[in-house]
Amino acid sequence: MEHIVIIGNGISGVTAARHIRKLSDKKITIISSETEHFFSRTALMYIYMGHMKFENTKPYEDSFWKKNRIKLKKALVKTIDSKNKQLVLDNDQLFAYDKLIIATGSKPNKFGWPGQDLDGVMGMYHKQDLENLEKYAPNNKVCKRAVIVGGGLIGIEFAEMMHSRNIPVTFLVRESSFWNGVLPDQESALINKEILDNHIDLRLGVNLKEIKADKNGRAKSIVIAETGEEIACDVVGLTAGVSPNINFVKESEIETNRGVIVNRFLETSVKDIYAIGDCAEQREAIGQRRPIEAVWYTGRMMGETVAQTICGNRIEYKPGHWFNSAKFMDVEYQTYGWVWAKPRENEARFYWEHKDGKKAIHLNFDKETHEFIGINTFGIRLRHEFFDRVLTEKKSVEYVLEYLADANFDPEFYKQYESEIVAQFNKEHGTAIKVQKKSWKRIFSKA
Amino acid sequence: MKVIKNIGLIIFLVGLSIFTGSIFLGSFNLTSDQLEAFIKEKNYKNELIKDELSKAIVTSENLNIFEFSSRVRNAYKTSNAHYDALIAKYDAEKNWDKKGEQYQYKISGKLHSLSFDLAKKAGKGFVRENQGLLWWLTFGLGILGALLFIFPNYKLLGNPGIKNNGIYLESSTNRGLIAWLVLIYLVGFYLLLYFMPDYVVNWTYIVDPISTFLSGGLASQWFVYGFLYCVIMVVMGVRMYIKYRHNKYQVVRTTSVLFFQIVFAFLIPEIMTSLNMPGYDFKNAFPLDYDFFFEWNLDSLRSSGAIGLFILVWGIVLTLVIVPVMVYFFGKRWYCSWVCGCGGLAETLGDPYRQHSDKSLKAWKLERWLIHSVLAFSLVMTIVTLYCYFTGAYSFLGIKSQFIKDTYSFLIGSWFAGVIGTGFYPIFGNRVWCRFGCPLAAYMGLVQRFKSRFRITTNGGQCISCGNCSTYCEQGIDVRSYAQKGENIVRASCVGCGICSAVCPRGVLKLENGPEKGRINPTDVLLGNDVDLLKLMNEK
Repeated sequence: MEHIVIIGNGISGVTAARHIRKLSDKKITIISSETEHFFSRTALMYIYMGHMKFENTKPYEDSFWKKNRIKLKKALVKTIDSKNKQLVLDNDQLFAYDKLIIATGSKPNKFGWPGQDLDGVMGMYHKQDLENLEKYAPNNKVCKRAVIVGGGLIGIEFAEMMHSRNIPVTFLVRESSFWNGVLPDQESALINKEILDNHIDLRLGVNLKEIKADKNGRAKSIVIAETGEEIACDVVGLTAGVSPNINFVKESEIETNRGVIVNRFLETSVKDIYAIGDCAEQREAIGQRRPIEAVWYTGRMMGETVAQTICGNRIEYKPGHWFNSAKFMDVEYQTYGWVWAKPRENEARFYWEHKDGKKAIHLNFDKETHEFIGINTFGIRLRHEFFDRVLTEKKSVEYVLEYLADANFDPEFYKQYESEIVAQFNKEHGTAIKVQKKSWKRIFSKA
Repeated sequence: MKVIKNIGLIIFLVGLSIFTGSIFLGSFNLTSDQLEAFIKEKNYKNELIKDELSKAIVTSENLNIFEFSSRVRNAYKTSNAHYDALIAKYDAEKNWDKKGEQYQYKISGKLHSLSFDLAKKAGKGFVRENQGLLWWLTFGLGILGALLFIFPNYKLLGNPGIKNNGIYLESSTNRGLIAWLVLIYLVGFYLLLYFMPDYVVNWTYIVDPISTFLSGGLASQWFVYGFLYCVIMVVMGVRMYIKYRHNKYQVVRTTSVLFFQIVFAFLIPEIMTSLNMPGYDFKNAFPLDYDFFFEWNLDSLRSSGAIGLFILVWGIVLTLVIVPVMVYFFGKRWYCSWVCGCGGLAETLGDPYRQHSDKSLKAWKLERWLIHSVLAFSLVMTIVTLYCYFTGAYSFLGIKSQFIKDTYSFLIGSWFAGVIGTGFYPIFGNRVWCRFGCPLAAYMGLVQRFKSRFRITTNGGQCISCGNCSTYCEQGIDVRSYAQKGENIVRASCVGCGICSAVCPRGVLKLENGPEKGRINPTDVLLGNDVDLLKLMNEK
């Protein structure tokens, strides 16, 4: 029986394993050194915040793996010996495979800052980081201040975690406004406000110079490069993005760049070895997507796809329309299609913000044809299916606005803003769009 | 703010202590005139019980409630034992006439309830003489303290939004010592209420003025319970309003359960009683209202003229027509988390414990067996009862009517719904009864699963499997297992509380009533992936 070995028990590896099991009777082993069972990395923050226990973050019961004949092995892979089709594990044990899937995800970036390896300095990525955090920041008596370096999604989650235990936070962001490499100015400003609203000491446009140690080798303060200001702290969170976790692959003959290079079939340069999820790098970017996408659902989709290929239905990885979501403190964010930080040549924009400063919608469309390109939504939930269909059918921005009520996904009784939004659009563009009432028939008519 | 919270907690605990301690106050005895009146009122035909009671409690001694209860119960036991002995004797002598004669002297009823009736008349002392003061020292302090404990959350929780911070870090909400103490208190409360009401007769004095005002009669232990129920729901409802002030669905829903509890379950029945009508909770549907078809209720309704007839028809229409039609359009949530009293308490007092429901497959299996068994039990009981009612028989299909009714009342009505259902909140979560026991929920669950427009829609491929939804599902549904597959959630047990949707950080879940077609949508590959792959996987 063919033995499929998967390195990494994150969403990509586990999805691949599940789908291979659905499609075949092959022998499947998942190797991980982090935890015995699959857990949701995105939920780590909620454990620290006290919303959940570690048990709650496991999407499958422990009995699931045995029932589905998926073997779990707790080990660290040192190298891949692709000539002999075997792995070398940390105890020098050899482990044979017929087909190998590399799904080792990411690791937090460190940019060689002085003091970056001191005690009390940590990322927020692994389960071990959480254990570290419990040690260095159990409450605001032990940790009088935390400094977070790096203004991305993990950075703001780290800030929210500290905030949940009333630990004062200083948040160093390199950019001139939060996440403005991804978010347009208006949304970025909205999130800046949200951060300040939660009493977080947000420092924009600053870089970390060094982390200073006390006599026990523990972080005691940080110094800001631009101003030389020293800020006393007990915990430093390094959240300056992530990069593929593939050091152990570098020594093998598998071609790598920042990530493991794969073709559209998720095959690496070596036969019978595949790479999926955060650690995979597309040789050529797909559409407007980046070659490396460290996103939960792309990892899942690659897992769904590679399982087909491995089970004899060789199929290209063809992700559909871009979408994503996040939550910034109390403001939920969803995006469908593309809304670049800076409008492109052919693009026109429409921005609406509610007066409370916690809800906003940003539409991107073609200047000439008015074809809908994408939407950012803050504080208002929208329906994925609606926008997927709109993008496939290349509908106009007017269409989207007219049927915006169909797209609304907020809980019942929530105030709806469609008419307010459309009125503003009409005013700005001299149009006369009328909001249509929500229709189940339209919502459920499949594309 | 923290200081106010702590002061509130202390005031609350003082109120609770006085409430609990009040049980031990006062003295109990009767004058011979009072006893005479009682015997007459009860229409006892035997002399022995009069003698026994007279010996036991017509005294100048100041008995506490426990001594009083013990003496009363002994008196009844002695009297009944005496006639039992006579029955046995005449039975042995085959003297059927004499034997038959003795039965009229036997006194039926639970001993503690008989003792309650006497104690209610016999009580003296501080509580009974200072009802108003005691109300303020117990309910008053309790409400004030609880509100002082709750109001600071408005600031302490931070900006509006989901703030489940620390739930798993605190003893009271993480099955710690405090949770166990609360469990013990609640279980103790229910045991007293259901099985030893005479011990808590002092509580009834505290609310006598309110009862008299509403219905003209003195308070029973059930009035205490009903009043306390409303008070607790209102206070914990305030907590809900603060916690979910950003979520209109929760605000509206909380208002709805408070309204139905206070007006329908509490006020209307009391007012009806004051108008000499049978007190009826118009929203309490059979088979949750399991004694609706009991003889005593049918007799009472039949003897109450037009209103009785109306209630009889309404009760039947409610169960057979209104309930399933409403479930078809809105899901069982219209009842379970918008109207029902049990649900109302679970959604207010029980909200801090919702995360304790068991999400395992085993629990789901147990749930399906148990809840449908209770439904079957309630239906069999009702069929037997009705058959016996109309034919005058004592049993049907070999089941004695009285026996099955008593068994159901004891096992399901008292133990399951009360002691376990509410008492175990802090450890097993707030919907143990609703999930595993309620026959009405079982009935509505079948409708919801097979013929309803209600579902929780999963928003395409947005789920990140974080597990907040499953953690906070009070019904133990593993919501995530559906959401992460892109499937809608259509489950018999879902009460539509809407918390899964509220706690989702990515806007994945929405409670909706839509067309039945496509409501259940098993998928292999989620929206967002290759359209060809979607077709291949989902349409084969």
